[in-house]
Amino acid sequence: MTQTLAPEAPVVGPVVVAPRNWKGAIVMAVVAQITLAFALTTGSVEVFFSWNDTGQPAVIPATVVDAQLICLVLAVIAELCAVAAFVFVGMRRKAPLILTFVVAFTFLIALVASVAAGSQSGNIPVVFLLTGTIGLSTAVIFGSLAGVLGERVGVTNIAIEGQLLGGAFTSAVVASVTDSLILGLVAGMVTGALLSMVLAGFSIKYLVDQVIVGVVLVALMIGLTNFFYSAALSGNSEELNFPGTLPFLPIPLLSDIPVIGPVLFDQRPTTYAMFILVPAVWFFLFKTRWGLRIRALGEHPLAADTVGINVNRWRFWTVTVAGLIAGLGGAALTLGSIGPFVREMSAGQGFIALACVILGRWNPFLAASAALLFGFSRNFRIWAGQAGSTIPPDLIAMTPYLVTLIAVAVLVGRAVAPKAVGRPYVKE
Amino acid sequence: MKLELRGITKRFGSLVANDGISITVEPGEIHALLGENGAGKSTLMNVLFGLYHADEGEILLDDQPVQFSGPGQAMTAGIGMVHQHFMLIPVFTVAENVMLGHEPSRFGIIDLDAARARVREISAKFGFDIDPDAKVEDLPVGAQQRVEIVKALSREAKVLVLDEPTAVLTPQETDELMETMRQLSDAGTSIVFITHKLREVKAVADTITVIRLGKVVGAADPSASTEELATMMVGREVELTVEKAAARLGDPALVVKDVNLFDHLGRKLLDEISFEIRAGEILVVAGVQGNGQTELTEAIMGLREKVHGSIKLSGMELSHAAVRHTLDAGVGYVPEDRKKDGLVAEFTVSENLMLDRSVSGPFTKGLNIDFAYRDQFAADAIDEFDIRTPDGETLVGRLSGGNQQKVVLARELSRDLKLLIASQPTRGVDVGSIEFIHERIVAVRDSGVPVLIISTELDEVLALADRIAVMYRGRIIDIVPAGTPREKLGQLMAGVAA
Repeated sequence: MTQTLAPEAPVVGPVVVAPRNWKGAIVMAVVAQITLAFALTTGSVEVFFSWNDTGQPAVIPATVVDAQLICLVLAVIAELCAVAAFVFVGMRRKAPLILTFVVAFTFLIALVASVAAGSQSGNIPVVFLLTGTIGLSTAVIFGSLAGVLGERVGVTNIAIEGQLLGGAFTSAVVASVTDSLILGLVAGMVTGALLSMVLAGFSIKYLVDQVIVGVVLVALMIGLTNFFYSAALSGNSEELNFPGTLPFLPIPLLSDIPVIGPVLFDQRPTTYAMFILVPAVWFFLFKTRWGLRIRALGEHPLAADTVGINVNRWRFWTVTVAGLIAGLGGAALTLGSIGPFVREMSAGQGFIALACVILGRWNPFLAASAALLFGFSRNFRIWAGQAGSTIPPDLIAMTPYLVTLIAVAVLVGRAVAPKAVGRPYVKE
Repeated sequence: MKLELRGITKRFGSLVANDGISITVEPGEIHALLGENGAGKSTLMNVLFGLYHADEGEILLDDQPVQFSGPGQAMTAGIGMVHQHFMLIPVFTVAENVMLGHEPSRFGIIDLDAARARVREISAKFGFDIDPDAKVEDLPVGAQQRVEIVKALSREAKVLVLDEPTAVLTPQETDELMETMRQLSDAGTSIVFITHKLREVKAVADTITVIRLGKVVGAADPSASTEELATMMVGREVELTVEKAAARLGDPALVVKDVNLFDHLGRKLLDEISFEIRAGEILVVAGVQGNGQTELTEAIMGLREKVHGSIKLSGMELSHAAVRHTLDAGVGYVPEDRKKDGLVAEFTVSENLMLDRSVSGPFTKGLNIDFAYRDQFAADAIDEFDIRTPDGETLVGRLSGGNQQKVVLARELSRDLKLLIASQPTRGVDVGSIEFIHERIVAVRDSGVPVLIISTELDEVLALADRIAVMYRGRIIDIVPAGTPREKLGQLMAGVAA
C-alpha cells in the first residue's frame, strides 16, 4: 500500500479571526469601473435589442434604448454591488455569489450595448448572441463533463483535447463513408472511449504519469489527424470528408416561444444530448450508488478498496465512459456543426474544458456554466468584428481572457479538488 | 464466529513480516494481539483482510478454509476492520461513509433515508450519539472511530479487528471504547484487539497472544503482570524509566510568550501558548495526538506562517525568523515524521548526516563538499550512535525505523546546540533504541541545553520530563511537575483543567 490518509491539521479552536479576502471585492470594483468607462465613452445613441431570430418574422418588436443611459444605469448597479461586496468583506462575511453574477451580467450587457452603439445599425441580435454561445460551447461542455467524471474518480484526463479531435475526425469520415450520421456519431464516441482506454491502461496498469500520457495522446491525435487529413481527406473530400450535418429538430410548440424557443428548442440532436447530459451526469454523480463510489475513489481509494470496491476496474470503466462523452463532443464539432473535418479543429477547446472543470469545482452544472461563459466570449468576438464597432478590435479580442480572469479570481477561491486525483492506486 | 489463522507467512523482499503465525479466536472472545511497533501485527491483519496475500498459511472461519482476494470478500464473510488510519472519506457524511460499497438503493438511486435509519439503529444499540448527516471531517477523532465501528457492524461483522484503536484517543475515550468492546463481545462478536499498550490489554482482553519480530512468542493470561507481558513483548527485561540525575537548572533559555497561530482560513491552531524552558531542563509537551503539538514545533522552527507572539531563544527573537536562521541559531530539530521531514530516503546515510549543512561549515571546501570529512564524520556517527548499517553509502530508506531515527538524532545532536526540539523521538523505534535515544536526550540536557520534547506516550513523558506541559485543543492547559500521577495527566489530556 502506498497511500495512507495524511492526518489533517487539527482545528483546535473556534474561528476567532476570519481572514478578510479582498480579492473578489477588488475584482468586482475593477469590473464596475470598466462598466462605468463604457458609460462615459458611449455616445447617446439609440440601440435596438432585437428579440427575433434572423430571417424570422418579428414576433416581439425590438426594444429601443439609449446606449449611454443603459450603460450608466448598469454601471451604477455594478458599483453598488462592488461597494456591497466591500462592506461584506469588511464585516468579515462572505459576499454572496449573486453580487458576482450581477456585476458580471451588467458588464456583459454594457459591453454589448457599447459595441452596438459604435456600429452603424445599432442592432443587438439577442437570439444570435445566445444561440452562438450555445453552439460554440457544446464541445467544451461535453469535454468538461468527461473531465468532471474522470477527476471525480481520480484520473486526470489531459487527453480530452485529443478525444475531441479524434471524435471529430472519425465521426466525419465514418459518416461520409457509410452515409449514416448515426454511425458517424457512434464512431466518434468509440474513438473517445478507445483513447480513454489507452490513457487508463497506461496510467492505471503501468503507472505512467497521467499528465504525460495525456499530453502524448493529444500530440498523437494532432499528428494522426493532420497526416490523414493531408494524405487522404484533402484529395478526396467528396467521398471521405463530406458527411453532411445533423438536422435541426425544432420541438413543437416550445420552439415557437420567443427568444427561448430558437435558443433552446430548435437545435441539433448533439445539442439536445448536451442539455440532457449535464443534469444526467450530476444526478449520476450525486444521487446514485455508482456516483457515490466514483466520488469515494477520487477522494480516498484505499478506503473504497477496504469496503470491497475494485479501485482500478472502476477507474478504468468510468474514464472509458467519460471518453464516450468526449468523443460525442468531437462529433458535435463536425456533424453537430459545420459537417466536414478541418485540420486541428478542436483548437484547444479540450484544454479549455479542463479549465472549466476546475472553475466549475468539479460540478457538472457549474462546469457547464463556465463553458457557456467561454462560448459567449468567443461568439461576442465574432459579432463585434462584424458589427464594426469603434472599440479597437484588439481590445475586443481580449474579452475572453478578461472574462476568464474575472471568473478565476472571483469564483475559484480555494478550489477543493478530489484528494486522490492524478495519483495511481497501487497495492501489494 | 470462530476465526483461525494457521501458519501465516508474509515476506516483503528479504524481510519476513509474518513468520508462521497461528492464532485462534473463539466466538465472542476479545483476543488481544500484543506486540511492539513493527512486530508484524498490522501485516497479519491486512493478510486476514485480503489487502495482502499471504505467501504461506491458511485462514479458517468456523473451521472452513477461506481465501480472500480482496477486502470485499473478507467483509462478506463477516470480518470487519477498524484501521489505524481511518478508512473514512472526510468530505462524505456519516451515512454516506457507512453505506459505501453496499448502498441501499432502488434502480441505482440511493435511498438516503434507509441509510440514515441504519446508522441510527446501530448507534442506538451501543449508545453512540452519531448524526448520520454530519460530515466526517467535522467530527472529533473518537466519533470518527465510532463511525468506523458502525460501518463494520452495518455489514454484519462477526469478527471485528481493531488495529491500534487507542492511539488517537484520550484516556476517557479509551475507556468508552473498551466498554463498547465488552458490549460487542457480549453480543457474540469476536474481537481482535491489536495494540502495544499493556494496560489496555490487561483491562479488556480475554486472551493474549504476544508477537515479536513476526513470530508468535506465546500466549498469556490477562492476569499476568505488566512486567511479564513487557518482557515477552520485547524479549528481555525492559527498563521503562531512564537513569537521570536531578536537573541542574540555568536561566530561562527558550521563552515562548502569547503565541497564536492561524491556518489559511483563519481558524485558530494555537491559542495563547506561553511557557519557558530553562537551560539544562527537559520540558515534555504531553497530549493526545492532534491537539496542536505539531503546530507548536513548526511555529518555533519557522515552518509556519502567521505566527503571532514572541518566541525568544536566549534573547533572540525567532518567531519571524527563516528556518535557515533558526537552525544557524543552534536549534536541533527531530521532526515528528522522520520519513517525511527528517530524511531523504533516496540519499545515503552519510548524505543524510550532512543534509542541511551543505552551504558552509566543516562539510564544505570552497564550493565543493569535503568528501573526506563527510565520510569520516559518517563513520564516527555510525560508531557513536550504533547505527546498524552496512556502511555510510547505504540508502537511508533501507534502514529500520530505529536506525533511521538514530541518523536524524546523530545529525541534530552534532550541531552546536542551543536548543533541542524532538517530536515523538521514539515513535516506531525498537525498545533497545528507545533506551539509547532517551539516554542521549538526557545527556543533552545535562550539558546545559534546554530540551523540548513532544510525546503522546505517557511512559515516555514520565521517563524524560523535568516538567510536563499538557496541550488540549491548541492550548497549554497546565504545566505540572514530573511526578504527577497518570490519572491526573489523563484528565488534563482530556481537557479537564485542575
